[in-house]
Amino acid sequence: MNTKRTLLKTVAAAAFASIAMGSALAADITGAGATFPFPIYAKWAEAYKKETGTGLNYQSIGSSGGIKQIRAKTVTFGATDAPVPGADLDKDGMVQFPAIIGGTVPVINLDGFKPGELRVTGPVLADMFLGNITKWNDAKLAALNPGKALPDQNITIVHRADGSGTTFNWTDYLTAVSKDWADKVGKGAAVKWPAASSVGGKGNEGVAANVNRVKGALGYVEYAYVKKNNMNFMQLQNADGKYVSPDDKAFAAAAASADWFSAPGMGISMVNAKGADSWPVSTASFILMYKQPEDKVASAEALKFFDWAFKNGKQMAADLDYVALPDALTSQIRTKVWTQIAK
Amino acid sequence: MSVGTTMSASSVPRETGNPNMVSIARRQRLQDILFHRVTQSFSLLVLIALMGIIVSLFINAWPTFQKFGMKFIWYVEWDIINEEFGAAIAIVGTLASASIALLIAVPLAFGIALFLTETCPTWMRRPLGTAIELLAAVPSIIYGMFGLFVFAPLFADYVQVPLQNVLGGMPLVGFLFGGSTNGFGILAAGIVLAFMVLPFVAAVMRDVFEIVPPILRESAYGVGCTTWEVVRGVVLPYTQKGVIGGIMLGLGRALGETMAVTFVIGNANRMPTSLFSPGTSIASTLANEFGEAADFHISALFALGFLLFVITFIVLGLAKWMLVRAERAKGF
Repeated sequence: MNTKRTLLKTVAAAAFASIAMGSALAADITGAGATFPFPIYAKWAEAYKKETGTGLNYQSIGSSGGIKQIRAKTVTFGATDAPVPGADLDKDGMVQFPAIIGGTVPVINLDGFKPGELRVTGPVLADMFLGNITKWNDAKLAALNPGKALPDQNITIVHRADGSGTTFNWTDYLTAVSKDWADKVGKGAAVKWPAASSVGGKGNEGVAANVNRVKGALGYVEYAYVKKNNMNFMQLQNADGKYVSPDDKAFAAAAASADWFSAPGMGISMVNAKGADSWPVSTASFILMYKQPEDKVASAEALKFFDWAFKNGKQMAADLDYVALPDALTSQIRTKVWTQIAK
Repeated sequence: MSVGTTMSASSVPRETGNPNMVSIARRQRLQDILFHRVTQSFSLLVLIALMGIIVSLFINAWPTFQKFGMKFIWYVEWDIINEEFGAAIAIVGTLASASIALLIAVPLAFGIALFLTETCPTWMRRPLGTAIELLAAVPSIIYGMFGLFVFAPLFADYVQVPLQNVLGGMPLVGFLFGGSTNGFGILAAGIVLAFMVLPFVAAVMRDVFEIVPPILRESAYGVGCTTWEVVRGVVLPYTQKGVIGGIMLGLGRALGETMAVTFVIGNANRMPTSLFSPGTSIASTLANEFGEAADFHISALFALGFLLFVITFIVLGLAKWMLVRAERAKGF
């Protein structure tokens, strides 16, 4: 009996040791959070694994889930679309840096117009989302689009039904350009949509499907979905008064004009960015890591991954309609942010 | 080995006090007790899980109930940023869509079951019955996608617009058909739900109609009853319990259905003002918002879940009460 028990113990110990060793050998980087950057993180991870043998296990559970997981220390890095305020970062002993840039685009379903043919300003867009403008041939819209035959059609607002970084980015912009919106609605991953005509779609694909289906619809999706679904969009007036179309150059221009280190944890908002070519609803997705990580090896591996991605991941990002961070910014992240993380 | 000993023991005739025999009996009694205990613990597990769910829902929902009290149930507000939460919008959406679903599905299911058991030619019974059971096995996401991409556009053009044109201007009921006709809304969700619960209700009704003893049915036909009289006077009273059970099963599914409803209900946190206005149900709100919820919002979602639990309980309780009353009235 006794020998049996010791044997069992040995077997258990051996099994445990082999599991522990196995995980040490594989040393997968673990991360969790935002769904918006998931496709590019997955693509980078695949290429990185091929090159180095180190895998990335990224769970796209949503931004607030990512913040929860990194606070619970179950992952090496957390990812969030809405930046965590500097005070919270200090309290938790975390650093924050952007990893990828994208943009949110107003998409429409209106017959007879080419993509980008219709123009809109931020305040008028906010009025449409507030439900103050309910018809496409409203005088305010007509004034912005002289010579265009706008139809006498109801506007149906399509928004995200689920909480999302895209919604945060969108409402962040509307808050920045319209005092009315800021007072009545505000910004957040999910808000109380005021327009009487508004319907919700689940995920970017849900919003895209609803906009494509409902005549007279106006919604917002990530840029990648505009390209993928060949959607009709509106040109938007930026902070410099210029009308711009959304593309990677316009997002990059917004990123370049941003003063990244003006806010603690680089948590700046890129909405309504200055610069003649800037797309006004651009956004970054952020990474959260501990300054004093419990597992320094894992933390260093994660930094190695992002270092590699910043250097080699630009084309992959462009293929998926994201914008990689400019080199000037990544070198600043390396010297100013990553140096705070204990190795 | 044990079989061998049993055989030899039983082959020895009338040997009372055989120690072998006693030990076998003892062992079998022990096995019986063990079996009883094990199966009992299985069924208790269900009860424990149920209690666990209620308790954990309630604990997580407590901050919300503490802040809003009973008002949470009829408070018409769902403002995540300002943390003002009320369940009224979701409750109305849930109950309205489920009621519409039952209003459509129950008569249809009754007709289907009636046809299958009473008047259907024998060769058609099996393929039709199998088709209905297959419909019940279709995952809800399929119904949702069908609802969004196929049903909603057709519904908007060929149902909502004509209905609004004809009935929209009528007094008293006109308001029910107001609002935008984009294919989403409470009515659309109710109809898709009806498709979903129809096979459940129909299959259960058919099964219970079939258990009516042929002798009862034949006697009724024998005294000259029409098919309808047989169904009303013999089949329905005999199967009442099963029929109500089937309807409740359908109602349970309609109340808790998530994906299909999320696709077509419109997901708007506003009190619906007409059958066409977009709304939200408890289950679809949970599915939409749980992923990105934080802090107090989570607690409000748990409170919604708890209320769904309570609603389901009330519905089941009502069904049981109705059954008991009906049986008493019949003098059982």
